[in-house]
Amino acid sequence: MLKHITCTVCPMSCDVVLKVGEDGKVLSLTGNRCARGKVYATKEHTAPERTLTSIVRVNGGVHPVLPVRTNKPIPKDKLKEGMLVAAKVNANAPITMGDVIVKDFLGLGVDLVATRDL
Amino acid sequence: MKKVHVDVAVIGGGPAGLAAALAARSEGAEKVLIIERNTELGGILQQCIHHGFGLHRFKEELTGPEYAQRFVNLVKDTDIDVLLETMVLEVTPERKIYAVNSENGMLEITAKAVVLAMGCRERTRGALRIPGGRPAGVYSAGTAQRYVNIDGYLPGKRAVILGSGDIGLIMARRFTLEGAKVEAVVEVLPYAAGLTRNVVQCLEDFDIPLYLQSTVIEIHGTKRVEGVTIAQVDADWNPIPGTERKIECDTLLLSVGLVPENELSSQAGVAIDSITNGPIVDDSMMTSVSGIFACGNVLHVHDLVDNVSKESERAGRYAGRFALGTNNSVPRRVKVQAGNNIRYVVPHEVSSTEPVEFFMRVQRPEDDVVLDVGGLRRIRKASVRPSEMLDVKITPEQLQNLEGDTLIMQIIPQKEA
Repeated sequence: MLKHITCTVCPMSCDVVLKVGEDGKVLSLTGNRCARGKVYATKEHTAPERTLTSIVRVNGGVHPVLPVRTNKPIPKDKLKEGMLVAAKVNANAPITMGDVIVKDFLGLGVDLVATRDL
Repeated sequence: MKKVHVDVAVIGGGPAGLAAALAARSEGAEKVLIIERNTELGGILQQCIHHGFGLHRFKEELTGPEYAQRFVNLVKDTDIDVLLETMVLEVTPERKIYAVNSENGMLEITAKAVVLAMGCRERTRGALRIPGGRPAGVYSAGTAQRYVNIDGYLPGKRAVILGSGDIGLIMARRFTLEGAKVEAVVEVLPYAAGLTRNVVQCLEDFDIPLYLQSTVIEIHGTKRVEGVTIAQVDADWNPIPGTERKIECDTLLLSVGLVPENELSSQAGVAIDSITNGPIVDDSMMTSVSGIFACGNVLHVHDLVDNVSKESERAGRYAGRFALGTNNSVPRRVKVQAGNNIRYVVPHEVSSTEPVEFFMRVQRPEDDVVLDVGGLRRIRKASVRPSEMLDVKITPEQLQNLEGDTLIMQIIPQKEA
């Protein structure tokens, strides 16, 4: 089976074509113009990850919500679950950029951190 | 009226203004003032909560607020003055700034140098002439972004996005993550206007359809948007009869371009480039009015804030020198011209003896080309896209080899180069 993955490592946006076996293993890979593209496309095929950025409610701040992010990428299929958990969080001002808002977010070993002072 | 005298006055406290003020101060200008109309510094970055900022500048992927916070913290560590919630009403060619706030009333700020850093504004529905009523639910993408990310509420449940600029793509993902349904992104061009990584991570990740060479031809609903009709367009952007399709939705987001905000600049007599809609500047980022500088999105719309910071530091540095009276320009003035498949180049003119960095955009996508810098440098490019700004540096030594006083930037196919 052939699978197309657009590499997003740099603006070149290579169309990487993966030849995938029946067990899902990558047999060969073409179209990438550098080594980083190979790493990205392989990872994107086997275990795609994204950094989740969103907001949480905050009490006593100059704005009603605080922007947050996961400090490391999380599995792509966990984004929705992450949003549902973040929607229930209430933080308290004052907050400094980098403050951990939720430790061990979703039990994934990453933290949800504040991305600004508030 | 309160009167203030400063060395460098910076209008706008977004990424451009922050970087310019810091650079002016470290260049030796003693009294540097940032004038910002919002309640806080950071500009539009504060609502761009997604990540992808700062890869060049900080070698890591930051969110917008993180990128802003780093610069805000740097400013806080200096004696740079900041006036918040202050609206500039007028800038004169003599570098007097009239501003107003509720604490001081009217202010007259006399500056030895002025940096224009007011950023840009979104193109609105009025500029598109879409037929239909005026129901609630039509927003520019940036307005919706503010509602969601700063004010904390979602302005719709089912959205169509017109225009595939980066803000529109980012908002498609944002709406989806927040539980709304994005029915479609509609783009009049044959390719996405935003960065490819945004098409992949904001649309493809969530199976949001992107309709190219299509547009919204009607907005339905009287009190609230009830749907839109989209249609394919021909090469002249005219709707093709028979291709119409109605999509039910309660929200239409417009991501149809940004326009530099130069009302103050024009009033001050600053000459404006009709392509960029921003001031014409030389390589010190000085406009046609002596002592008035410009940088960031007020000068031309950037896609990377990293480039805004870099350009603004240059503006701030030279504004600082101008205020101190230590600018030493050289008599030779080289005009910069946009050649084949180049839409514009900034700066428009070179007159210094320092290395220059040019920022430019192409008119249309092209692959396997060479960027020819006035015959002085040739850079191979696998691909060029209107959405991706090009930048190239030229040293004074290289510039010496230029015959004549015009430097032409052009894109040529690799075969012909």
